[in-house]
Amino acid sequence: MSLTQLHAPATAVERPRFRAWPELNNPAAWLVALILLIMPLIASGFFLIEIFGTTLILGIIALSLMFLAGYGGMVSLMQLTIAGFAGYMVAVFGVSGNANISLGWPWWLATPMALVLATIFGTLGGALAVRTEGIYTIMITLAIGAAFYYFTNQNWAIFNGHTGINTVATPHVLGIDWRSDIPFYYLILAVAALCYFAVQYVSRAPFGLALQGVRDNARRMAALGFNVNAHRVAAYAFASFIAGLGGVLQVWNYRQISPGSVGVERCIDILIIAVVGGITRPIGPFIGALIFVILRTFALDVLIKFGLDGNRFRLLIGLGFLAIVFWSSDGVIGLWERWRRRQARSPSSTAGSRHG
Amino acid sequence: MLKGSVGLIALGSLLLSGAAVAQEKIKVGVTATLEGTYTVLGEDGIRGFQTALNTLGKKVGDKELEFVIASTDATPDSAVRAVRKLIEQDKVQILLSPLSGDEGIAVKNFAKTRPELTFINAASGAQETTYVDPAPNFFRYNMDGAQWQTGLGKYAYDTKGYRKIATVGEDYSFIYTQVFGLVLEFCGAGGQVTNRQWVPLGTKDFASVIAALPDDVDAIYLGLGGADAVNFLNQYQQAGGKAHLMGGSIMIDQTILSSKGSAKNALIGTIAASGQADTWEDPGWQKFVKAYQDSFPPNKRFPSPSLLATNYYGSTMALILALRQVNGDLSNNQAKLKEALAKIELDAPNGKIKLDSNRQAIGTNFVTEVVDDGKGALFSKVVKVIPNVNQTLGYDPAVFAKIGLPSRTVPECKKY
Repeated sequence: MSLTQLHAPATAVERPRFRAWPELNNPAAWLVALILLIMPLIASGFFLIEIFGTTLILGIIALSLMFLAGYGGMVSLMQLTIAGFAGYMVAVFGVSGNANISLGWPWWLATPMALVLATIFGTLGGALAVRTEGIYTIMITLAIGAAFYYFTNQNWAIFNGHTGINTVATPHVLGIDWRSDIPFYYLILAVAALCYFAVQYVSRAPFGLALQGVRDNARRMAALGFNVNAHRVAAYAFASFIAGLGGVLQVWNYRQISPGSVGVERCIDILIIAVVGGITRPIGPFIGALIFVILRTFALDVLIKFGLDGNRFRLLIGLGFLAIVFWSSDGVIGLWERWRRRQARSPSSTAGSRHG
Repeated sequence: MLKGSVGLIALGSLLLSGAAVAQEKIKVGVTATLEGTYTVLGEDGIRGFQTALNTLGKKVGDKELEFVIASTDATPDSAVRAVRKLIEQDKVQILLSPLSGDEGIAVKNFAKTRPELTFINAASGAQETTYVDPAPNFFRYNMDGAQWQTGLGKYAYDTKGYRKIATVGEDYSFIYTQVFGLVLEFCGAGGQVTNRQWVPLGTKDFASVIAALPDDVDAIYLGLGGADAVNFLNQYQQAGGKAHLMGGSIMIDQTILSSKGSAKNALIGTIAASGQADTWEDPGWQKFVKAYQDSFPPNKRFPSPSLLATNYYGSTMALILALRQVNGDLSNNQAKLKEALAKIELDAPNGKIKLDSNRQAIGTNFVTEVVDDGKGALFSKVVKVIPNVNQTLGYDPAVFAKIGLPSRTVPECKKY
């Protein structure tokens, strides 16, 4: 699709710096970065963690889906499952209130272990899923997600069944409690930025371009000598690592994890976030996550304010998503791009599409 | 530009936060399972809560109580999310939460991270919540699932003559606690529990469970609740099941006995035990039933309050009475309120309640039998009233500790 054509000039060896990182040249991006950095000055504890922190965490997990779907053409519904798996592994290897299950490793050992295992888990799932295409990929990954949910719900030896694992310890380093609001916010922000730029970078690296080639025409890429399946599995591995990071932050956020955290409806939430935000660019999932978190948090209050039955708050959330998808099939990003194009057409048709 | 507008949304939502400033009111957060399998239970819990407000009023000295209700779905993560929302967004100072067993364990653990606030358990009944590593700011005015089964095992063995039973229960902490109480007493009396089946919360198809029920037992104990219990009864009746039944505290409860359809008739004659009995003659109980009935039109309530309504009523009552004792003083991290809560003795509708050193209720338990009132409505009739049931069920604490925590296989069927 058009995306690959847009990428083509970026492959030139001597590309200008702003082509590689368009954000550097975009005042709006600097503004957002500034707002995100000074957020603790303007936002209270609730907004800092429950809204912006949660947005960034869900955004990271949805970003892994955006990477697979946007650049690889593979819609995976198991990204939340991978994140949840990483979260469970942090709880199992690290320190928690369930001393009979948790191994009590320090966080600096438990966290990398969790990330490695989550990456392996996601890669294995991916290796299964790449044998299929389109709706079958969705089915397989959904099946993995559902199976994992039921497994955690029934398994008491490792996952502590329906009760889940409570009071998961969070890191204290350099005398700082990294779960207290402000350090935790910066930690999430740093990880989110890292993931964002990593996806941005990989999408323009040879691997990312080959992956987009595979997405657009797998047979041609195979004919050119690319190992199509290897590229796809590698994409799953990369996405799993990102999802794993999101999962670790998630478990530190709530300090507990239970089957409800990895339920099928949560998996679908991630898909909704990515679709609403738009899966053509890495910023999309974060925008989708912000809309999702705001709707989820405030829909109940809005309904009650208008004198309606608060129990119907899910209806409002659903209508919000329907509206966005109705007006723009490629999410909020798509709306904006169309608006930009119309703007560009009227004054002078300059290179309107600077993005990568 | 888009990123700019994201910033605008962010700033806009920050302005909203300014609206939630502290005031002369005392803010209390309430959670109930208004979604999922236990929706009916959550709704009746809220009715009990409202009955308490109608009876006791919302005034504490010159301050007024303000309540914010949040919805959960019986999973621990939904409870923690709801509680965090209430504390951080709505700025509540006191919590009346949660309803279900695993929620209770998660909220108790969460309470430790907010030691300055006060948490009053609304209705949850897992043993672990107050028995293992209790939180100093978490108070429970209802008994746990095992206490609620007191008397049932002996009654089944001595009076009904059951010798061998099997159990079917939902696979989570509250039902483990219920089966724990039943097995201890029934096996202690000499009975045998031959088979324990566990089904996930929210099970819809019970065909395989029903097929696996043993034939050579005298009775089958059902530890199910909400939609699961109704689904089981429907399918059990269609399968032609005729065994004697015994019921847990949320199985033989108005949430099930008032359900639509004829499947519930399978429960007539079923023996059960719970923290309440619908037809108890006690004037305090009758007054509560009347207050509940007067608070809601007949089609918007059960004929008689469910265990959940009673628990929410009791917790709300404890909160309001304790707040009045200290005249609404929440200074010094609510120290006075916590002290008052720990000491208060409730004259609750379902008997006298006081707290032990773990802030767990010691109360009255009821063995009941389901009867038809002649007009098609089912009620639980008192067979036996057992006062002063404590969390260790009368066992020496050291012996009780050796039994282990309730789980799928604990306790073993033997005399401890």
